[in-house]
Amino acid sequence: MLSRVAEHIYWLSRYVERAENTARLIRVNTHLQLDLPHHLRSGWEPLVAISGAGESFHRRYFDSREATVVSFLIGDYENSSSIIQSLKWARENARTIRDFFPREGWELMNDLYRSASSEIYLGISPRGRYNYLQQVINGVQTLTGMLSGTMSHDEGYEFLRLGRFLERADMSTRLIDVLTALLEQEHSDIDAYEGVLWMNVLESLGGSQVYRRVTQQGLRWSPVLAFLFRNRHFPRSFLYCLSELCDALKALKNNEFALERLNALEEHIRPLQPDTLDGESLHLLIDELQLLLGGIHQEIGVAYFNYPQEQKQSQSQ
Amino acid sequence: MTIQWKAYQEKGFFDELIGNGVPRPAADKVCAYFASLEDAELQELCKATDLVIRAMGITFTVYNDSEGSIDRAWPFDLIPRIIDRKEWQGIEAGLKQRVRALNLFIDDIYHQQKIVRDKVFPGGLLEDSVNFRPECVGVDPPLNIWAHICGSDLVRDGDGTVYVLEDNLRVPSGVSYMLENRLVMKRVLPELFEENVILPVDSYPAQLYQTLAALSPRPGDFPEVVVLTPGIFNSAYFEHAYLAQQMGAELVEGSDLVVEDDDCVYMRTIFGLSRVDVIYRRIDDLFMDPEAFHPDSVLGVPGLLRAWKAGNVALANAPGAGVADDKVVYAYVPDMIKYYLGEEALLPNVPTYRCLYQKERDHVLANLDQLVVKPANESGGYGMLIGPHADAAEREKFADLIRKDPRNYIAQPMLKLSTVPTLYEGRPEGRHVDLRPFILSGRDIEVTTGGLTRVALRPGSTVVNSSQGGGSKDTWIVDLQ
Repeated sequence: MLSRVAEHIYWLSRYVERAENTARLIRVNTHLQLDLPHHLRSGWEPLVAISGAGESFHRRYFDSREATVVSFLIGDYENSSSIIQSLKWARENARTIRDFFPREGWELMNDLYRSASSEIYLGISPRGRYNYLQQVINGVQTLTGMLSGTMSHDEGYEFLRLGRFLERADMSTRLIDVLTALLEQEHSDIDAYEGVLWMNVLESLGGSQVYRRVTQQGLRWSPVLAFLFRNRHFPRSFLYCLSELCDALKALKNNEFALERLNALEEHIRPLQPDTLDGESLHLLIDELQLLLGGIHQEIGVAYFNYPQEQKQSQSQ
Repeated sequence: MTIQWKAYQEKGFFDELIGNGVPRPAADKVCAYFASLEDAELQELCKATDLVIRAMGITFTVYNDSEGSIDRAWPFDLIPRIIDRKEWQGIEAGLKQRVRALNLFIDDIYHQQKIVRDKVFPGGLLEDSVNFRPECVGVDPPLNIWAHICGSDLVRDGDGTVYVLEDNLRVPSGVSYMLENRLVMKRVLPELFEENVILPVDSYPAQLYQTLAALSPRPGDFPEVVVLTPGIFNSAYFEHAYLAQQMGAELVEGSDLVVEDDDCVYMRTIFGLSRVDVIYRRIDDLFMDPEAFHPDSVLGVPGLLRAWKAGNVALANAPGAGVADDKVVYAYVPDMIKYYLGEEALLPNVPTYRCLYQKERDHVLANLDQLVVKPANESGGYGMLIGPHADAAEREKFADLIRKDPRNYIAQPMLKLSTVPTLYEGRPEGRHVDLRPFILSGRDIEVTTGGLTRVALRPGSTVVNSSQGGGSKDTWIVDLQ
């Protein structure tokens, strides 16, 4: 398999996963803003910071109202992590490897981008937003299923998995980070809403049912964080993403350095004590995890995509 | 309201589907079908076609300065172009004959040049040819074939005669659209395929693969065949990807390949370098190898020509094959057929006056207002004079050009290109078409069933290029027996 093709598959996968997770991120915040009393609402500014595109946002926009931030996150072609830009790049990567990509998968990808781009206005309006975001999520899930069901599960498929789970691990931590913004607030009544907060996070990850069944505990800080970081079976937990990455790497040759980094990352969260984390230390932890994920990306690039040892990522993060 | 074929106007052109107000036998059922549709049904069909094309992502790339590269939906007309199988068999035989002679010519030109010594072809023409590659002299490509893939453009004149307008021997494109047009048609109008016996077109990718695989320098069951593309910004990128996919070959860019010290070509894979046997290159000669040709080409692979000359990799088409694809050389194809095969050409050339010869030049200069004058080595209609549409000053300018450099010019009568009914605001109107069949040469010669019909969608226009308002139609070879 050509290195270039492998890299396109990897990025294609990262971009669709990013589109889905950004949709989930917007959805959770939309709900939170509705569920919390006015003085506890954190507004939309935290999402800009979490998306990693704060600088680009503040250079071009002068307020952080809902409509501004949501349109930045959904439909701004200059924001490299907006839904529309992610889907556009995913489609572009798919187009570059059309010879390799299953035809039905290409048609889905093409359709997903076209419908998302022609209905951006729906996503921005509060009323159309839920459906719009759900369509993006459904579209990505359909594509994932289609590829799993039609693509040869050879090396190319491993790169699809690497991209997906690296991006998901990264984005899932960002989603948890939304909450730290709230929990850093010094309102005495925030505790009363803790359940609501966690419910929203779990819902947005599609994990509330699993959580209840697995933990049989209330929606509290420690068990929820333990679930999101360390559950071995929930497909959006951090540890699950790592184990998928590990499997995918093991199916490829020339994997020592990336595996080494991956093991180091696992070591990092194993001793984690959610009880002892407050909002701020959680935020710091998430920053660390994201850096470590970046290191794994770098090793994958060096091993398979001809990246030089210390090169920055060739497509934007 | 429905379509009334009696009201369809042929306007003095030869129409491929309708003759004197009556559908031709091979088109009878299709015309009856379209006439049976209510306007609303026809509209629905057109919409469905659009959707299918968008969903399938059939595109071509247009580059412009303001928007960069855009990937546009392929313009397609629903009414097929239909040819009776009996007529097609004649055309097919003519194309095979022609390509056989062209390959013999190219091989001769790069070796002994017998045709020049025997004074059938003036050797002086080679000196001016921009497609003659001195680097290729003496090279023996596998099977002695240079043009493995040829796309010849056919047109039909007012009296119904089919002429060869030109042969594309460098990197002819369009075959993927021929294949995709058929898929669109089958999805949108499956019922037409039940009623008619339409010969299938889909064996092309397999034949192409066979043709290419047979060139492999290494014996073995699985030669590594790759398609070399200039990349995603090339207007034919869709086709490069499509053909690679259909053949199960890797689609590579120049940067994916490397020629090592052993003069073999390798591709960079996730597990290191891997040897390549056959390259179906969709990059022009001069951009293919910066070491041998344009030193600043970033599309090519340094050392590729060296590897090819050493016989370690096969290139299709072979470098230098374009020598037979200039407009002056074209004029000699009937002579080549006679010289190499001892046969008369089955498919006529458009009558062509070669300004090199005084008698023919005098005729051209005296009749500039009726002729189309073409320079030898320009494509896409550049640097041409359309006599009947030009003013006196332009004609004078061309007369000068011809006198100064007679070798570089040919002239042809203005053809009345045939038409095919094409939907325009819900009604069929005649639009001019050409036809590009593709001919594969390896151990055998194979011709596509029909080819790509390109149609000039603008009223009265004869420009069929997709970048300039052209579209395409599905092409049917219909068996009436």
